[in-house]
Amino acid sequence: MLSIKEYQTVTSISGPLMMVEMVDEAKYGHIVDVELGDGSIRHGQILQVENDKVLVQVFEGTHGIDVNRSTVRFLAKPLELAVSPDILGRVFSGLGEPKDNGPAVIPDKRVDINGNPINPYARDYPNEFIQTGISTIDGLNPLVRGQKLPIFSGAGLPHDDITAQIARQATVLGGGEFAVVFAAMGITFEAAQFFIDDLQETGAIERAVMFINLANDPAIERIATPRFALTAAEYLAFDLDMHVLVILNDMTNYCEALREISAARKEVPGRRGYPGYLYTDLATIYERAGRIKGKKGSITMVPVLTMPEDDKTHPVPDLTGYITEGQIILSRSLHRKAISPPVDVLPSLSRLKDKGIGEGKTREDHADLYNQLYAAYARGKEAQELATIMGEAALSEEDKKYMLFANKFEARYVSQNYYENRSIQTTLDLGWELLSMFENAELKRIDVKLIEKYMPKFRKTNGNTSNE
Amino acid sequence: MSETREARVVKVAGPVVVAEGMAGARMYDVVRVGKLSLIGEIVELNGDFASIQVYEETTGLGPGEPVIDTGEALSVELGPGLIESIYDGIQRPLDWLYKAEGEFMSRGRAIPGLNREKKWHFKPTIKNGDVVGPGDIIGEVAETTLLTHKIMVPAGISGTVQKISEGDYTVVETIAVCTAEDGTETELKLMQKCPVRNARSVRNRLAPNQILVTGQRVIDTFFPIGKGGTACVPGPFGTGKTVVQHQLAKWVDADIVVYVGCGERGNEMTDVLTEFPKLKDPRSGEPLMKRSVLIANTSNMPVAAREASVYTGITIAEYFRDMGCTVALMADSTSRWAEAMREISTRLEEMPAEEGYPAYLGARIAAFYERAGRVECIGSPQREGALSIIGAVSPPGGDLSDSVVQATLHVVKVFWSLQARLAYQRHFPAIDWLTSYSFYKEYLKNCFEDKDRGDEMDELIVKAMALLEQEAELLEIVRLVGAEALSPANRLSLETARSIREDFLHQNAFHEVDTHTSMAKQYEMLKTILHFHKQALAAIESGVETAEISKLAVREQIARAKYIPQDDIAKITQIRKTIDEQMKELQTVSS
Ligand SMILES: Nc1ncnc2c1ncn2[C@@H]1O[C@H](COP(=O)(O)OP(=O)(O)OP(=O)(O)O)[C@@H](O)[C@H]1O
Ligand SMILES: [Mg+2]
Repeated sequence: MLSIKEYQTVTSISGPLMMVEMVDEAKYGHIVDVELGDGSIRHGQILQVENDKVLVQVFEGTHGIDVNRSTVRFLAKPLELAVSPDILGRVFSGLGEPKDNGPAVIPDKRVDINGNPINPYARDYPNEFIQTGISTIDGLNPLVRGQKLPIFSGAGLPHDDITAQIARQATVLGGGEFAVVFAAMGITFEAAQFFIDDLQETGAIERAVMFINLANDPAIERIATPRFALTAAEYLAFDLDMHVLVILNDMTNYCEALREISAARKEVPGRRGYPGYLYTDLATIYERAGRIKGKKGSITMVPVLTMPEDDKTHPVPDLTGYITEGQIILSRSLHRKAISPPVDVLPSLSRLKDKGIGEGKTREDHADLYNQLYAAYARGKEAQELATIMGEAALSEEDKKYMLFANKFEARYVSQNYYENRSIQTTLDLGWELLSMFENAELKRIDVKLIEKYMPKFRKTNGNTSNE
Repeated sequence: MSETREARVVKVAGPVVVAEGMAGARMYDVVRVGKLSLIGEIVELNGDFASIQVYEETTGLGPGEPVIDTGEALSVELGPGLIESIYDGIQRPLDWLYKAEGEFMSRGRAIPGLNREKKWHFKPTIKNGDVVGPGDIIGEVAETTLLTHKIMVPAGISGTVQKISEGDYTVVETIAVCTAEDGTETELKLMQKCPVRNARSVRNRLAPNQILVTGQRVIDTFFPIGKGGTACVPGPFGTGKTVVQHQLAKWVDADIVVYVGCGERGNEMTDVLTEFPKLKDPRSGEPLMKRSVLIANTSNMPVAAREASVYTGITIAEYFRDMGCTVALMADSTSRWAEAMREISTRLEEMPAEEGYPAYLGARIAAFYERAGRVECIGSPQREGALSIIGAVSPPGGDLSDSVVQATLHVVKVFWSLQARLAYQRHFPAIDWLTSYSFYKEYLKNCFEDKDRGDEMDELIVKAMALLEQEAELLEIVRLVGAEALSPANRLSLETARSIREDFLHQNAFHEVDTHTSMAKQYEMLKTILHFHKQALAAIESGVETAEISKLAVREQIARAKYIPQDDIAKITQIRKTIDEQMKELQTVSS
């Protein structure tokens, strides 16, 4: 075994970074302990080694560290999480230390939190439908086991209610509950507590693991937090055969911490000051979701991020969207119209839906139905917009009909209570009911056979709305 | 294998490592770094120091660890066994890695690209005593039901062939001996090695003169790509770049498809791996996997190997082209490749140009697309091959002024512009018909055996495009003064343009029938839509109301024509008869 080496050769400190010199045997990516003059301990990780000079990022920040009286210990290992089945039900800090006054975890093993990439050949394609009970997700953007589907939100929008609802209601058809791994990065105490209380009420807390870094906790720590969470998730999924739902909230705060390090290193900044490697860095987090051949468990991931100024093209949502398998976007204008959850249907997307739905999974009409709902709603939205510019009178009869559809769709399909758990059948039937205001011939995206099979029921209950 | 004296790591900064004691090493040599023997490549030499991009995660590596120069340039192995393989960015077979190391990628493992144990049946096509040179075909291996693999003499070798005989060989066994004029003997094998950074030579470059039929209507009809041509698909996230690439990989009329998943999602590669063996090539009925090679260096795999993946892919593609095949290479996404270049460049502390990209970005992109083309291959017998490149581009925020998009548009001949607006409406493929372009349009008519039909198709396309352009203008007017202001003929134009968009351009990749459309069916569909337009226009002129025309039952048939199976396309011709009948009825009613 390597003995742990100690140095008192800190030469400079700048922002969250610290330079230590005359070090031998330092390794890239390994961790250090920094003991301050007052005996308190900070944690750091090696970002670069050149000869005997070592650049360290300090997770708790460098305030109060002085060059003369600090001792740096090189621990000769990467950041690790101690895992065992006992992590269930526990709350940890953003750096993986128990935060709930519970005992230390007696580890089955210690795992490098950076993990290793899943061999693409070892992946199993996600194809099991998860019912969240939310129509805009289940009906239009179905989530499947092993998918990474983020929520793009904005300041003041109700993403916390939606994630809590998903965690509360998510089930796989034919039964099967999720273990929940929750990583909080820089969110408020209130937001974190809301989520925890919700899990407590349903008893799901027994099957949950939390890593909590709050808004007033050290910012740099947030770089490690999602990695701790995913390491726990991988252990639960691939060692203990559990289906795990990982919620990462809020990824924007994570990215800001990364930006801070990058700025301190004086790296060439990319868009809006974020480092050029932000895409790759985020990918090493998001790509840890998935299923693996021959393993029973799975990791489904719902990251949450707030879009600065509601701007989808901001680097954080933009690069996230380039990696994840779709996105659920919340809309401020729907929120203002008091439509909740305010899911902006058109730009939202689930890319893995196609193999998770249909006969034997949800229902044979599912795919055609969402295609038609999308087409009709898109047209209705256009009409809504035209009406705001020109006034409703300027719309053609056709356009008026589509606008009416869009309004009904928002009021009935999109809108639902945060405690309303709609079965997939209810959601699908609701789609037919709304479409019944159109002639069969207008429903070009639906197979004639399906129209013949499903529509009559809804035409009857709806009387003659089809003839205006 | 030359071992340089005492080469040691002095610096580790992410994927870039600096080593000293490297005097004598060459640029682009492959090296093994550290105690874990990580695989790397020299990308900068400076006196005794070399900067190395490491193809594997460098955590745990530190100064003082050894570096070994293998003396070989980064190369791929070419020979039987490539087809149906899935490789990482430096040609390590992912299926073998999985069997050897488990579900997660580990480090320091050098696995050869081609299976060393498997025996292939080799049939010579030349005899002992024949004189051969580079590129000459000396024999064949029936690799898959879709590919007869031609065994060629590697670059730099010529002479008289001896000891060639039919039989079963592994890729490293000697199948013949070639004696040069100066008496040096070279053993020929089923396999050859080829460095990836430079293009393989060709005898002559020729201009494309044919369309690569993709079965995607908006592409084939409006913005076709040539055999040997280049195309790019830029678009914001979620607009359908990958679906376009997958669709092409499935349905393109090429002999070989090389699919490079460069810095994208793991599940997308799994999708290909699970789908392709099930899908049948429409021409031969064989599983599509039997003509495909996959390179998967996903976004979470090391970035240096991502940078290399594009070169690994293109070199494999060129090799098949040299056999005389028509090859299509898809790279999804070239932006991730460019970003990998940027990251390495930043770590090398090179002077950045725009958006932090290195100044040589444009040159590298151009050099990559230049490796496409229709060529006369070197060696005998005389043959032609073609290599088309289709690159996805993922600009930040979908902004087309991005450096990678701009550098790409400088060199490619086809531009499929994906629009978020169309994707949100679920109009797929979300290729914007007004801003996209193709320089290969003139070759479309060559797809039709009947020359008149080819000419007619050209006319139909011009008419359809004119209607789409007119639609954009008319919609502008509607936005300003309302729909009431339009003449009946204009209103019909809007209807027909909508029909072109919804009934022709819109194509569902996930619908069993709609997923690909033969050229013959594309012609029938477009002709029918425009036939309706012509007849409707005549009806309007004779006083029929546009509203009456929109209500005709035959319009639903036109809309559903896309779902008519290939074998039944006569039914589409039939729709035109129905149009005539229903129009006639209208006119008799109204007069
Ligand atoms: N031709 C098509 N038919 C049906 N659906 C399509 C088609 N093209 C795209 N889609 C839908 O759009 C989604 C996004 O497409 P895709 O994954 O190809 O986007 P992308 O441009 O590659 O995004 P990214 O840059 O994030 O990788 C698909 O999952 C699918 O649902
Ligand atoms: Mg893609």
